[in-house]
Amino acid sequence: MPDAGAVAHGGPATVASPRALPCGVRDLGRIGYREAWDIQLELVRARKAGEACDQLLLVEHPPTITLGRNADTAHVLADRARLSHLGIDLQETDRGGDVTYHGPGQVVAYPILDLRLWRRDVAAYLRALEEVMIRTLLDFGIRAGRVQGLTGVWVGDSKIGALGVHLSRWVTSHGLALNVATDLGHFALIVPCGLSRPVTSMERILGRAPSREAVTGSMARRFGEVFGRAMTKAGPPD
Amino acid sequence: MGEVVMPQMGESLVEGTITKWLKQPGDLVERDEPLLEISTDKVDSEVPAPDSGVLEAIFFPEGETVEINTVVAVIGDGTGTGKHRAPAAPQPEPPPAVPATPPAAPPIQAPEAPPGPKRRIHSSPLVRRIAKEKGIDLSLVGRGSGAGGRITKKDILAYVERQERAAASLQPATAFPDVPEARFGDFEVEPLSAMRLSIAEHMVRTKRVSPHVSTIHAVDCTRIARLRSAAKDHFLQKNGTKLTYMPFFLQAVSSALKAYPLVNTSLDGKSLIKHKEINIGFAVALDWGLIVPVIRNADEKSLLGLQRSVNDLAARARSKALKPDEISSGTFSVSNYGSYRSLLATPAINQPQVAILGIGSVTKTPVVINDAIAIRSICYLTLSFDHRVIDGATGDLFLEHMRGILENWNAPVL
Repeated sequence: MPDAGAVAHGGPATVASPRALPCGVRDLGRIGYREAWDIQLELVRARKAGEACDQLLLVEHPPTITLGRNADTAHVLADRARLSHLGIDLQETDRGGDVTYHGPGQVVAYPILDLRLWRRDVAAYLRALEEVMIRTLLDFGIRAGRVQGLTGVWVGDSKIGALGVHLSRWVTSHGLALNVATDLGHFALIVPCGLSRPVTSMERILGRAPSREAVTGSMARRFGEVFGRAMTKAGPPD
Repeated sequence: MGEVVMPQMGESLVEGTITKWLKQPGDLVERDEPLLEISTDKVDSEVPAPDSGVLEAIFFPEGETVEINTVVAVIGDGTGTGKHRAPAAPQPEPPPAVPATPPAAPPIQAPEAPPGPKRRIHSSPLVRRIAKEKGIDLSLVGRGSGAGGRITKKDILAYVERQERAAASLQPATAFPDVPEARFGDFEVEPLSAMRLSIAEHMVRTKRVSPHVSTIHAVDCTRIARLRSAAKDHFLQKNGTKLTYMPFFLQAVSSALKAYPLVNTSLDGKSLIKHKEINIGFAVALDWGLIVPVIRNADEKSLLGLQRSVNDLAARARSKALKPDEISSGTFSVSNYGSYRSLLATPAINQPQVAILGIGSVTKTPVVINDAIAIRSICYLTLSFDHRVIDGATGDLFLEHMRGILENWNAPVL
């Protein structure tokens, strides 16, 4: 039997076959939230128009607090003046979910996928994104899992990975954020995802931070595995 | 022109929340233009307009959570004539795998179609407040009893009561419909046990998700009948257990599963899960229901090993001592209804497997061999298979493979 858990949560655990659909991987490095969003919007348009294949954007944002569509502004605990004093940007977005924090040391992945070619199922999509993070973390010896009824990836009681997704005609944008060496103090400025639960990072668990390249490399590989996509390096966006 | 419905965003999702109307009533909309945004858990999705036209009506405000397939808005030609149908009851299509909650009650009374131009709903602030609190769309209430069709407090309260009664009488899909009690005279009511409910749900699900087809082949079991009766006493003496036909069928089906691995798969969405182990479940009838314990790696076991597994699992099924993985790891199933003298049947697939073997009773039957009538021990084997995955030819080749093994059995029995 294949790993039943993997099957139930994120499609078959097979490595992409030679006939797997391609998925371009672009590591944009450090980039502003708004700028990355504009790139996503363009890629979503191109994907819908059939001008581009599936894409996986990997980014890191400067300190930014984002409000999802369902965000409760009470979950931002600091006022705008304090945030701007701390150099933290505040952005409203069209992803699902509540409030979250992005910042240096966090690997953020924005898959631009046509779910019609995978599964037309947003719940399955969320579980698959969680599976990508769980497998990535396992590559570094960290056993992470899900918490029944909550979205995200957890190590013990602490959240290490967050999700927020937008769909337009089954094409995805936004995605996941994995804390590698994030300044966890900044999470104190918000109630992450509206949940009063602690936040952790790979650095906190391992005692040292793995390199960003090691994490993004593993994540791209695991992404291809979970979604059955052949990951290919793509050039910078036009 | 058309209705905009809450889309189903996933197999397990039964509702969605309207987060934002991107257009307002009266706005012109283009087909495929985003009309509203909905959210389910951590996913926000745009819902495109199904047609070009004028957004004539919005039935739910932002923040409202509604069942999938509920009509949330209507796009018409701007005149509001005829195209404006009141929201229909949620269509149970395609329903979630196992309904987590009963679907919303359909409105008992279909509202009358608005005559001529777009109907205005007259109501007082009190009525509107009740409607809001109870999440009622006033256009569903129908023509009111007040002056000029105005909906009164009495009208809306009566509507609420009808809805609640309808909701209470609505049962999950597996329940039997209400029966008029008077027809049976005296009776008792017994709620279904957890096992019965689970079987019922599984049966409804398997018949719904998987288009079953059955093929039936007659197998001459005379040879294995002779081998078995010759070895029977010695087998019992040596091993302390009787030898039944079951291990022969299990070895033959294991071999067929190896030869036709497509039959040893599961369907997961648009992917085929190809199982590497051959784990055969077999149905065990219990006084209180039925359970399907699993023989792991059945292809690696001898006749004796299979017989012991069958005895052990069946005994523990009856004493409720099976471990969870002994009922969940099956990749294929067998139903041996022949032990109840059934000649042939069409068993239901055990989801998420794609096929099941049915074994009829081994019965002495007159058959024609070389234009002479002979008495042979005949058994009808049925393969019920999921026609999405398996074509008829594969099903027949599978049973012919089994027939070849069973009719020419040449492995030692002891």
